[in-house]
Amino acid sequence: MTSTIEPTEPIEPLSVEQLSETTLLRFATAGSVDDGKSTLVGRLLHDSKSVLTDQLEAVEHASRNRGQDTPDLALLTDGLRAEREQGITIDVAYRYFATAKRRFILADTPGHVQYTRNMVTGASTAELTVVLVDARNGVVEQTRRHAAIAALLRVPHVVLAVNKMDLVDYREPVFAAIAEEFTAYASELGVPEITAIPISALAGDNVVDPSANMDWYGGPTFLEHLETLPVSHDLATCHARLPVQYVIRPQTAEHPDYRGYAGQIAAGAFRVGEAVTVLPSGRTSRIASIDLLGEPVDLAWTTQSVTVLLEDDVDISRGDLIVPTKDAPATTQDIEATVCHVADAPLTIGHRVLLKHGTRTVKAIVKDIPSRLTLDDLSLHPHPGHLVANDIGRVKIRTAEPLPVDSYADSRRTGSFILIDPSDGTTLTAGMVGESFASPEPVRAEADEDGWDF
Amino acid sequence: MTTVADVSEEGTDSPYALSHLDALESEAVHIFREVAGEFERPVVLFSGGKDSIVMLHLALKAFAPAAVPFSLLHVDTGHNFPEVLEYRDRTVKKHGLRLHVASVQEYIDRGTLKERPDGTRNPLQTLPLTEKIQAERFDAVFGGGRRDEEKARAKERVFSLRDEFSQWDPRRQRPELWNLYNGRHAPGEHVRVFPLSNWTELDVWQYIAREGIELPEIYFAHDRDVFQRAGMWLTAGDWGGPKDGETVETRLVRYRTVGDMSCTGAVDSDATTLEAVITEIAASRLTERGATRADDKMSEAAMEDRKREGYF
Repeated sequence: MTSTIEPTEPIEPLSVEQLSETTLLRFATAGSVDDGKSTLVGRLLHDSKSVLTDQLEAVEHASRNRGQDTPDLALLTDGLRAEREQGITIDVAYRYFATAKRRFILADTPGHVQYTRNMVTGASTAELTVVLVDARNGVVEQTRRHAAIAALLRVPHVVLAVNKMDLVDYREPVFAAIAEEFTAYASELGVPEITAIPISALAGDNVVDPSANMDWYGGPTFLEHLETLPVSHDLATCHARLPVQYVIRPQTAEHPDYRGYAGQIAAGAFRVGEAVTVLPSGRTSRIASIDLLGEPVDLAWTTQSVTVLLEDDVDISRGDLIVPTKDAPATTQDIEATVCHVADAPLTIGHRVLLKHGTRTVKAIVKDIPSRLTLDDLSLHPHPGHLVANDIGRVKIRTAEPLPVDSYADSRRTGSFILIDPSDGTTLTAGMVGESFASPEPVRAEADEDGWDF
Repeated sequence: MTTVADVSEEGTDSPYALSHLDALESEAVHIFREVAGEFERPVVLFSGGKDSIVMLHLALKAFAPAAVPFSLLHVDTGHNFPEVLEYRDRTVKKHGLRLHVASVQEYIDRGTLKERPDGTRNPLQTLPLTEKIQAERFDAVFGGGRRDEEKARAKERVFSLRDEFSQWDPRRQRPELWNLYNGRHAPGEHVRVFPLSNWTELDVWQYIAREGIELPEIYFAHDRDVFQRAGMWLTAGDWGGPKDGETVETRLVRYRTVGDMSCTGAVDSDATTLEAVITEIAASRLTERGATRADDKMSEAAMEDRKREGYF
């Protein structure tokens, strides 16, 4: 970001009624070092009135102190002393902006190769990933890496923002060739929805306002697309899952027998009267009522935090999973998954760890590391022996207790887990159960003998 | 399979898309319940300010119809607004909660802490806070911090591990993946938990309006005796103002944040209702902290440095 930015006009506040119609979109950026990511982020924040006068003044002041002539807007987003000293972004930061239609949470992730784990962290909660490409360079190694991570994390929507169109004279064929190459590559990986948008973050083309320089482009601007894409994409196809977080038992005169199972619905929807099974015990009952934070409701869905009461007095505690009886996952003690190792110490075969899945934490052991993935060309290196920080690989894990895991392809919430070092609590590894990509050769289910069920 | 497969999911008209306030509320409740499920001795930092009031409201909803399974902790700087202390005590009584107080004044009276030349007591809160955490063996401490407040806070995790000295090390933070929060900690360590991480100032106000939450009166415009210091309107009082050369005048003001009287400024305002406050904030060209907090202006990394030492 080079130029000074003028303060914007304030946005109109919405009434409480209007607010009930605005939704929240979580998205992540994935950009290489010089592709204009901070310019794009700066423009989105600025044009949505999320950079205020005192913040700009602070940036200008700090820039002057450093002997810079123009305000360095990277200082707006690089929040840590070490980041400012080194002039790089070393960690995920979360930023917030809003339009009249939607609120946005942006996971601003560093683009350096060695920070794959940060990109994975940002993408894990994102509904959309923005992959930035410099129009002059086209699809490069880093672009493919970002697409692979978006596919691996099953981010439902990917935007290819072809930036710096002003530097290629806004020519359509340049954009079309990049869009075609990227779409072919990402589709092959199983990215479900790809939208390519030609932009210039610096000049403002197609970011917030349609560009007069690219009348050949008929699609939405970047912000329009963010404002209108559907957010509750997976409700219809998801298996209903409620991990029990906490058992609510008031034991008061007013509520002597109340026993509610509190949790955030991880996927799908639950209805009063529905036959349910509690895993891993396998006990069954029916939903007697659902409390949505104090209000009784007939139907509740992902990602509402609810309290469910059952017709029968079954033994349920934190860590259990409530599912529809007609759609219960099998339980297993042998998990094969794609993982991203996020800790500095390596993950090795034989490593004794804790595995947190939903609200349940169990002991586990790393039985095998069959392969390590090279993101550059998606090739598999067999038997790497261990995974180091930022490595992505396949892992076989044996758990001390049976777990009701879904395939990550079916459910990002109940198909994911983390590994924790029991000695100091370090988060070691992010795990995604089942196959990693849509097309490469499927992982062979070896569960015929012990209940593997994908 | 459930029976919603036939419902249209096109666009944002889906009946199953949560409004942003519902999504933030659900996420915060999930965080409260995770802590209740995984920790032995959690406590909620409660100052009587709007963020901690919203936290308490969310906690009440999360465990209804049972009581909130946490006690509250107030770090009393000794320079608190009387209206806020009154609100604090009334709220604690109303919900039958237990309140712990860590008192900066006691530390100063004992000689353990010394008054700063600039009179601000905000940085002095860290020691009473961290010693109270150790003494009561709290293992999870809820704070109302939001990532939109400050650029160091934008880097803060929802579950933030603190060592036995309550220190934050931003370079050694655990990645937070999906909603799988990792609360593991060694004896003596604790976890700071920020359920409002993803909320903005406007979200907090709009949620207060939606839920009809009562606030201390100082958040709304009222006539107040104030004097100007370092570009801020401070409330006159025994705590140390006005000094020579500073003159008191009565102005129509309100507070955007509630903190120590010595470093929290009032803003000129005629907003006497929630709606007026929301309109005013949406139009403001200053952030909440930029407008009213002297302590954040001390240096470029003031917040990061205080957080490293154990500040909330």
